[in-house]
Amino acid sequence: MAKQIEQLDRVIIRFAGDSGDGMQLTGDRFTQETASFGNDLSTLPNFPAEIRAPAGTLPGVSSFQLHFADHDIMTPGDAPDVLVAMNPAALKANLGDLPRGATVIVNTDEFTKRSLAKVGYAVDPLTDGTLDAFKVSAVGLTSMTVAALADSDISKKDAQRAKNMFALGLLSWMYNRPTEGTTSFLKSKFAGKPDILAANLTAFQAGWNFGETTEDFAVSYEIKPARLPAGTYRNITGNLATAYGLIAASQRSGLPLFLGSYPITPASDILHELSRHKRFGVRTFQAEDEIAGVGAALGASFGGSLGVTTTSGPGMVLKQEAVGLAVMTELPLLIIDVQRAGPSTGMPTKTEQTDLLMALYGRNGESPVPVVAPASPADCFDATLEAARLAVEYRTPVVVLSDGYLANGSEPWQLPRVSELPTIDPAFADGPNGPDGEFLPYLRDERTLARPWAVPGTAGLEHRIGGIEKHAESGDISYTPGNHDLMVRTRQAKVDAIARDIPELEVSDPTGDAKVLVLGWGGTYGSITAAVRRVRRAGGRVAQAHLRHLNPFPANLGEVLRSYDRVVVPEINLGQLSLLLRGRFLVDVIGYNKVRGLPFKAEELADVLQEVIDRD
Amino acid sequence: MTENASREGELAGLRLVPKSDTEYRMKDFKSDQEVRWCPGCGDYAILAAFQSFLPQLGVPRENIVMVSGIGCSSRFPYYLSTYGVHSIHGRAPAIATGLATSRPDLSVWVITGDGDGLSIGGNHLIHALRRNVNINVLLFNNRIYGLTKGQYSPTSEAGKITKSSPVGSLDQPFNPVSLALGAEAGFVARTVDSDRKHLTSVLRAAADHPGASFVEIYQNCPIFNDDAFEPLKDPTARDLRLLRMEHGEPLRLGEDRGVVTGEFGGLEVVDVDSVGADRLIRHDAHRQDPGYAFALSRLDHPAFEHVPIGVFRDVRRPTYDGLVNEQISDARAERGDGELAELLASGDTWTVE
Repeated sequence: MAKQIEQLDRVIIRFAGDSGDGMQLTGDRFTQETASFGNDLSTLPNFPAEIRAPAGTLPGVSSFQLHFADHDIMTPGDAPDVLVAMNPAALKANLGDLPRGATVIVNTDEFTKRSLAKVGYAVDPLTDGTLDAFKVSAVGLTSMTVAALADSDISKKDAQRAKNMFALGLLSWMYNRPTEGTTSFLKSKFAGKPDILAANLTAFQAGWNFGETTEDFAVSYEIKPARLPAGTYRNITGNLATAYGLIAASQRSGLPLFLGSYPITPASDILHELSRHKRFGVRTFQAEDEIAGVGAALGASFGGSLGVTTTSGPGMVLKQEAVGLAVMTELPLLIIDVQRAGPSTGMPTKTEQTDLLMALYGRNGESPVPVVAPASPADCFDATLEAARLAVEYRTPVVVLSDGYLANGSEPWQLPRVSELPTIDPAFADGPNGPDGEFLPYLRDERTLARPWAVPGTAGLEHRIGGIEKHAESGDISYTPGNHDLMVRTRQAKVDAIARDIPELEVSDPTGDAKVLVLGWGGTYGSITAAVRRVRRAGGRVAQAHLRHLNPFPANLGEVLRSYDRVVVPEINLGQLSLLLRGRFLVDVIGYNKVRGLPFKAEELADVLQEVIDRD
Repeated sequence: MTENASREGELAGLRLVPKSDTEYRMKDFKSDQEVRWCPGCGDYAILAAFQSFLPQLGVPRENIVMVSGIGCSSRFPYYLSTYGVHSIHGRAPAIATGLATSRPDLSVWVITGDGDGLSIGGNHLIHALRRNVNINVLLFNNRIYGLTKGQYSPTSEAGKITKSSPVGSLDQPFNPVSLALGAEAGFVARTVDSDRKHLTSVLRAAADHPGASFVEIYQNCPIFNDDAFEPLKDPTARDLRLLRMEHGEPLRLGEDRGVVTGEFGGLEVVDVDSVGADRLIRHDAHRQDPGYAFALSRLDHPAFEHVPIGVFRDVRRPTYDGLVNEQISDARAERGDGELAELLASGDTWTVE
């Protein structure tokens, strides 16, 4: 009997299981299937910092949430419509996020007395009414996987491990996902292990077949492809987009890329990715520590490379000394800080926006650096390219503030045409610039205030630079009071002048009469935009703007702020941008701040906006 | 060995650096900056020796880069007419690593001191040495903090009375040569500021070594640690204390004493007459096993009884920068230069009409 197919416009699925259950892989595969089907999507991986926390415990739960739709969406979704729980810990850890009526697919094989006791369930929640508000499908995912592999030569343990593919097969059937991508992915992943490959393919197919035949699932769902602008798309995470942005910056500037980096969560994937692209002339240097990572990058910049370092908060702290040297020596340098929950070690795999003030002010002396923040995973590409342009053209370190949510989250990305990407002109110094035929390494370009970048190997331009204050033109050591004052102001003026070279802040205010502006920065763009849409759908009037440039601010920011009665600034910190806005513009912005290690939910932000709108 | 073998008259450590058409002289390497070390500082002698040595490199002045950290010695780059970076405390090896790895056509020199290189920058130093980046590290060891006005350093003898240790320092000092050997350095040498001829020969050997070379230079600080090396400078005592190592030559201190194999594989200094001259060890700087060089480095520790100077170890292996660049050229030779459009479109893509 042909099963009924129901049309949906969007679905949020959360796969949850033990750290060793392969939930990230399962989620990633479902995402790729969904991307190639043409839905718009947004993902939120959420996993513990421990590699394998004790099995079956709450701290060991790893999850992957995917929101996909037949229209343009902004966030991974507030609350899952479907939870796949591979064990009692996964159920318990995620149950609180489920709305009434949500579908819960549980792996009953793991609901043993012992597993239940491990997470404090005295009574089996599958039988005691705990799940009455939900549509529960109790499925023996493990036992059915093992049964499907009964004829296989692999061990029982390996057979059990394939249960995530069974679950993926089942969900792929439920949502009519194309399966070719997963098949070819598995073939390539397990190319050297034919037994394991066969087991995974069989489990995947068995899951699909189970959905198709069992009475438990009467309906499957269809979510039509989204009507995205014409073009070629791929799904991309923020870290991958950042890595590609760096390679693009290298290609578009003609500067060889040098990455000095020390492994740190959640930034390491950028190092991993770049280390694979030697054909692009990329040099990756895994340093002995964070300090050496940035130091080597700066050394490479002095030699004419595009010097880059990647890190997260605990590493950013250590790099500040070298960033100060880059400020003083006025050399191009990119510092990618993938922010995570702090202070100190904090919560390595959880997201936060708490490094803004450190990026701006966390160095000794007056030490201005431009700061750029991407708004979405795919936007990491453009933001990184833009940061590289500023670094090279203005001879300055530039901080890119990504975050853990952007880094690991993903969304469809419309591939840019390479020929349309901006070009970056390194404009190396090639001859003397002084009135007497000498080389003055600090004589500046009148427009940008950038100093000449003279790389070793250029005859006649030999010069010495360093961290000591220097004369405004010759670059010689200078302790003269007036000269220091001039240099401090000049370094500041150079960064301030970038405001002329970046776009003005755009405000979305469809009705043109909103009294309330919501202003965000960085990775909260999706949540804020989704909240704004909710408010507007309900008839509320709210204007929205989002800052990509945190230093300098867009030239019209003050004017924009003063055009609204109230300005709401949501941040995943305790009000760092709010502090800057109040200090700079004397505007009493209303902060909305939460630091839970997770992105904002659209619904909570919508409530906040509505409340501020209703204050009249 | 072929990769590192030098052609006639060419220094192997500079094989990727262009040759100079200019015949340089010492004055060509003096910058226009006023030298601002204290009168009598050992740094003057090192600077003069270095400036007169640089023409021997035979490479264009613009292809030489000096990188230093913080401290008295680290002002060195300002006084040379080459490219230079006077960086931050202890980080010069890291900065030089990035520069040398990305620019194999440069001759890169790191100038550091016992505080800069062994205290705040100890980590960078040991890692640069083990990686074998093609840099030359000159560590000026005056066994004191000079620029911060006289606190004990990581090479100060234990019990030293200084401003920060009024009743004697408690720290066991590093032996920089032992440390460098323990850090897998392929080239380790020691010389003295006041012996220009020896200093120059060691600098040349360092430049000839492809990869990281480490040179400890005993340097006198006349203000805060004057005469620290006097036992090695006094003409009468000098010859009895300095063990001048020459590859292939017997290890002798003056006429009467020499070095033989001792117990447990160590080395000891004996009267030549008591053992016979044939038992003296002939110095072999090319031994792969660093144990011999390490034993040499312990001969003087901690006093200045007998101090080996010269090249402890000169063993060649592929350089880090060479390997990094080889991986890149191999990848390009195998699969061609990267194409950005192809990269961006890698993985699963779909098209919206």
